[in-house]
Order: sequence, then C-alpha cells, then structure tokens
Amino acid sequence: MSKNHSIVKNQSVTKLAVEKKSQDDKVIALAGNPNVGKSTVFNALTGLNQHTGNWPGKTVENAQGYYNYNNQNYVLVDLPGSYSLMARSAEEEVARDFICFGQPDAVIVVCDATCLMRNINLALQIIETGKRTILCVNLLDEAEQRQIKVDLDLLSERLGVPVVGTIARSNQGLNDLMESVQTTLQAPPPTNLIVYPDFVEKGIETLLPRIDSIVGNYLDARWVAARILDGDQNLFNSIEEYLDYELIEDPEIQRILKDYQFKLKDKQITQIELKDTMAKTFIQVASVLCHDVIEEPLIASDQRDRKLDKLFTSKLTGFPIMLIILLLIFWFTISGANVPSDLLAKVLFGFEDWLANAAISIGIPSLIIDLLIHGVFNVIAWVVSVMLPPMAIFFPLFTLLEDFGYLPRVAFNLDRFFQGCDACGKQALTMCMGFGCNAVGVTGSRIIDSPRERLIAIITNNFVPCNGRFPILISIISIFLVGSNSGFSKSFLGALILVLVIIFGVGMTLLVSKLLSKTVLKGIPSSFTLELPPYRKPQIGKVIVRSIFDRTLKVLGRAIIAAAPAGLIIWLLNNVQSGDTTLLYTITDFLNPFGKALGMDGVILVGFILGLPANEIVMPIIIMTYLARGGLLELEGAALGQLLIQNGWTLTTAISTLLFTLMHWPCSTTLLTIRKETQSWKWTIISFLVPSVAGIAITFLFNSLVRIFI
Amino acid sequence: MKRITLSKLKPGMKSVITGLLAKGGIRRRLQDLGFVEGSHVDCVGISPLGNPTAYRISGTVIALRSEDASQILIQEVDTDV
Ligand SMILES: Nc1nc2c(ncn2[C@@H]2O[C@H](COP(=O)(O)OP(=O)(O)OP(=O)(O)O)[C@@H](O)[C@H]2O)c(=O)[nH]1
Ligand SMILES: [Mg+2]
Repeated sequence: MSKNHSIVKNQSVTKLAVEKKSQDDKVIALAGNPNVGKSTVFNALTGLNQHTGNWPGKTVENAQGYYNYNNQNYVLVDLPGSYSLMARSAEEEVARDFICFGQPDAVIVVCDATCLMRNINLALQIIETGKRTILCVNLLDEAEQRQIKVDLDLLSERLGVPVVGTIARSNQGLNDLMESVQTTLQAPPPTNLIVYPDFVEKGIETLLPRIDSIVGNYLDARWVAARILDGDQNLFNSIEEYLDYELIEDPEIQRILKDYQFKLKDKQITQIELKDTMAKTFIQVASVLCHDVIEEPLIASDQRDRKLDKLFTSKLTGFPIMLIILLLIFWFTISGANVPSDLLAKVLFGFEDWLANAAISIGIPSLIIDLLIHGVFNVIAWVVSVMLPPMAIFFPLFTLLEDFGYLPRVAFNLDRFFQGCDACGKQALTMCMGFGCNAVGVTGSRIIDSPRERLIAIITNNFVPCNGRFPILISIISIFLVGSNSGFSKSFLGALILVLVIIFGVGMTLLVSKLLSKTVLKGIPSSFTLELPPYRKPQIGKVIVRSIFDRTLKVLGRAIIAAAPAGLIIWLLNNVQSGDTTLLYTITDFLNPFGKALGMDGVILVGFILGLPANEIVMPIIIMTYLARGGLLELEGAALGQLLIQNGWTLTTAISTLLFTLMHWPCSTTLLTIRKETQSWKWTIISFLVPSVAGIAITFLFNSLVRIFI
Repeated sequence: MKRITLSKLKPGMKSVITGLLAKGGIRRRLQDLGFVEGSHVDCVGISPLGNPTAYRISGTVIALRSEDASQILIQEVDTDV
C-alpha cells in the first residue's frame, strides 16, 4: 500500500548525528575526492589531529570537531574521500550518507587544483543534491609547481557558489574559507547546473510529484528522481535505512517507471544509454565550466613523479627497493631501540625499588606493596621499556613513507599476487595499516569495494604482525637467532630475519586469502581502480611529533591499561593456593602438554591467553610468570635471555614462539572491531579461528618435523 | 591509427577513448574517473609482475588490471606530439 503522507525520519539517523554544543551550531561537512587534503583542512580549522597521509583512503570514518568564526560556532565533519556520490565502497557510502542524510548546513567540497575537472564532477553532484556548497580549491602550491593556473573568480561565477583557493598544508586561505562558509549560510542554496538531455528530463518530470510527496521534506526531489532513473540501488538502500521507506518499491513510482521505460524502448534507448547519458552530462558540464578556467602546459607536468614511479615500480627495481626499505626501517628500529630500552628498564625498575622502599618506610602493608608495586607496576615497567622505544622509532619512519606516497606503489607492485588469490590489490594497503595496528587495518578494509574481498582482507589482516607484536619478535630474534654477533651487524641480521618473518606472514595472507576465495568466500575478483597520487615531500617535523603523540602514546596507553589488570591477575594467581601449589602453577602445568606439543610451554600459552586484551603484554606476562614461579621478583634488563634459557627455552622454543606470535588469535580490540565492521558474530569467530588454527597447525607441524629430523 | 582496447596500450603510448564495454558499477566508476569517449589516456607504467598497468587520465594516474583495461576501447594517437 502506498503511504500518502510524508515519511517520518528513521531512528538510524542517529548514526549520523553530530554532537552540537548548542542548538545554534552550524554543521559543515568536508567532502571531496580522496587524498585532496580534507583532513588537513579539518585539522587546521579544528586544531585536532585526524590522520593525514598521502594515499587515497586514509580517512574511512567520519570525524567531527569544532571551530568558531565571528562568534558563530561550527561543527566540522571530516568525511572519507569519494570519487562520486554513486558510492562503490563502504567508505564512500559513509561520505554519501552524511552529505545526503546527515543534514549538514553546508558542504565544503575540497578539490585538487592539479586535476580540477574530475573534482568538479563530484562538486556538481553535490550541488545537484541542493546542499549549500563551498568549493575549496586546495593544493594550489602543487598546481603552481606544475604550472597549472586556475581562474577561481571565473569558476565561482560559473558555478554560482563561492570558490576559495587554499594551501591547507601551510594554512593559507583558510580565513577566506571560513568567511565564505559564513556568507554561504546566509545565502539561498545554489541553483542546479545539471540539465540532462530532454528524454531524461521528461522522466524526471513525471517522477517528481510522487517523490516530492514522499521524501520532499528531507531530500531534493529532483535529485532523487534522477537517481531513480540512474538506478542507484546503493542509494535506495540508504533511503530505506535512514528514511524508513522502500522508495523504489513504491507502487506509484514503479508504475511511472514502467511507463517511462516503455517510452524509452519506443525511442530505442537502452537502459545503459540512459545511464551513460546521465554520467556524461556531469563530465560535459564540468568540461564546459572549466573551459578557460584551467590553464595548463601542453606537456604533462608530472615528469618527476613518473621518474620516481620508474624507480619504485619497475620490473628491475620495484621489489628490491621495497625489501630494502622494509629492511632499513626495521634495522633503524632494532638498533635504535636497544639502548633506550635498557635505559628505560634501568630507570623504571630502579624506581620500582625506590617506590617499594618508600612504601615500606611509611608503613604500607607488604601485601599491598607486593600487589601494586611488584605486581602491577612491574608489568607496566616491562611494557613501557620494551614497547616504547621501538614504537617511537617505527611509527614515525612508517608515517614518513605514508606521507611521501609510497604505500599505493606497494599495492601496485603486489596486486598481481592478490589477483592470483581472487582478492583486491588494495588489501596490500590494509596490510600496511595492520603493521601499525590490526584493528586499524580491519576498519581500513572499507576502502575495498567488493564485500567479499573486504571480508577476505578483514579475516587475514592478523597475519601481518602489529606493533604490539614486533617487540616480541625482536627480542626473540635478537636473543636466539642472531647468535654472538654484536653491534650493527647483529641488529642488521635481526632486521633481516624480521623481514623474512614478515614475508612469511604475507605469504600466509595470500595462501589463506586463496583458500577463503575457494571455499567460504567464493567469487570472482571484482573490478578495481587504484589511484597513484603524486609524491609529496613529507613534513618531517610534523610527522615525528604527530606519530609520537597520536600513535605511539595512544597505543602505549592502551597497552598499559591492559597490562595493569594482567599484572594483578598474575600476582593473585601466584598467591592463591590450590592444594599444595599456587593456582599459577596449576594452570601452567595444565597447559604445559599443549604448549609442549606446539614447541612451547604452559607459561608461554598463558602469556598468549592473558595477552588477549593487547599483544604488548604477552612478553611481560611470560617474564612475570617465570619470575613468579622461580620465586624471583625482578630481573635486570639484559638478563631476559638467561631467564628464558633457565626456563628451558631452546632454538625450537624460540622459533615456535615466533611463529605463534605471528599467527594466533587477534587481540580483543581487533575482534570487537571485526564485529563492528562485519556486523556478524560468524565472521568474527571465523577471524578468530583462522589465524589460531593456522598457528597451531604450523607450530605443530614444525615441531613434528624437528622431532623426526633432529 | 588502430582501434584497440586499453589493455594493449604500451608504456609511453597515448590514446583517445572511443567507447566503454564495462558493465555494472565499474562502468560508472570509470566514467567518474574520466574514462569517457573522447578523453585522452596515456600508458605510464606497468607493475613489476606485468599487471596492473598505470594510466594517466584527466590529470591523475589510475592503475587498472588488464581485465578492466580490456573493457575500454581506444584509438592510438601519434606519440610524437
Ligand atoms: N603540497 C600540499 N600538500 C597538501 C596540501 N593539503 C594537503 N596536503 C597533503 O596531501 C596529503 C593528503 O592530505 P589528507 O588531508 O590526508 O587528504 P584527505 O582528503 O583527508 O584524504 P582521504 O581521507 O584519504 O580522502 C597529505 O600528505 C597532506 O600533507 C596542500 O595544500 N599542499
Ligand atoms: Mg582524510
């Protein structure tokens, strides 16, 4: 039955809700093509630190912040990049949904001045939705370098919306931008510039009254009518979600549509021709608008980028350079982290003693001292001294690569492998995100268009070690695998082995992706486009400050939060008697046979199990447990190897633990993120099982082989 | 001047698009990226394992797999201009 009244907004609109500080706040959305500087503008205006990086798909979630201009408060919403309102991936849906259903008071469309026409295509689509729009032509510095000139005034005149030129990275033009936003809010909405050929306009006209009566209060009816002709199913789903009405199933609309399609048939116009006509209308209008607005050299001005591409992606040098870069990053990380790690350990453990003595002298009961200082503080000290230095080196280095624009080239180089697994080349990007944090890699999988390929990327993300696992790998490698070498050659060999471990992880990613494609996630590879943006000089100072404060300290904070209760649990387990031993003994002894079968022991397994909240605490737990069992309470930094060897570690134990570190269940944060992203417990459980089963199978296999041959 | 598909275009060669064969969502995506009749597209590089290939289109560089590039019809144009 057709409803004849206007529809009521659905509850799920709250999903898009922005938090206004007061009722009068204006909501401004930042939209635009990927990698044009939206987040840079956002950060500059709000003073927040949304991650920016030189590759398309950095932002995959809305972020919101505030700024004040001329006594007016604004809520600014940073959206993921999109090439079109015809969304193809989850991140593009997020952006489209906010623009269309989030009821922003205005939309700033950030554009890349070096390829303005493609950007204007999106701007025209947004103007067509009837939203107040401001065009922000960013990257003017790059345009100037490439001798591209843009006549901003002429463009503004033709578009009928304000056009502001900016260089967001160096804060230029942002005042004008805020000024334009203010004036735009007082002006009437822009007039639509898109006029389709007659036969399309006729179709829109016939649909208009019915659509207006249903969604007219929330959406621009003409725009919706055009999308119905376009057959944008993805949009219809969102209309249903946010406006709670199956618009496309409306009998009246169906009737009009059938009628119209008959007429088209009479004129021998196919559905594809209809859609093409509409797509081309935007391109044509954009090209007419840009005529005389853009002045560029006849010869392509991207020679420098193409030369760098030759270096980074050619048959001869592409892969070697990739490996060298990876090797160098780890070499710097390992060799640089060594000294500060020891120093931090000395200071923190010294502080522990001092703290304990001080506590004793003021008469705090020894039970509490044991519990809080030798239990909780001790684990935290371990986490900080082992984790902080490598993270503080690795994150900035990796961020520099990201800012330079190298990551899309990695995806370009590796895509052939992913093709072989019927997966998407952008999975290489989500893998790279996984190096930092697997939860980030899982959310980042939104950049992958096909739901099937996105699931593959989510399930396999855990096969690249995150930052929480690097320190475990690094300590094991440097204690057991690099032998008696010393100094730089030692850390170089360590880095080399770490690179091999990572290559093994990537190999497992590919193998498991292939298996998934052939079994539970059957399907053909979908089409995919990958933009290779220009290389940019990384902002070294900013990168270092940001990656230390945002990433390093954030991850470290999470680890400490997880470490404190773990320290408590171990201490308690060790002090609760069960029979004639402690509970800790009972548990580790119980797990021992399982551990042994996999080349490890009960204590190591306890470490991995209690380490579920964060991989950072696995090694500290193992250390604590050995110490507690041995009745010791503390350990000098350098004696870690000794402790492990005393507790029966051999080369086989080391390799088994290394493999299991690379392949076991994702941490709880990652699991919760998977649940959120897939909206399914089934896929969450599968994501738990896949790396766990792989790890158990491979360590078991490895140990069986060792037993047979050695 | 031959009519071929984009997947046949070698690095350094230039062409003009004459039509699209792609169907479904990717068709519109290609159009939104500038792959429409009459647009200039140049091949700028091949990845180390031979697929995908990078193309310069409307001022940017987009990589496509050969399966997708073969859905774009082109006409080669002289390189020496
Ligand atoms: N040279 C120059 N670089 C800029 C400018 N604005 C941004 N950038 C750089 O462009 C890159 C992309 O910036 P982001 O702000 O992350 O872009 P985005 O639009 O948010 O990207 P997505 O979230 O992936 O859609 C970063 O490396 C920025 O430092 C500018 O005006 N000039
Ligand atoms: Mg962004």
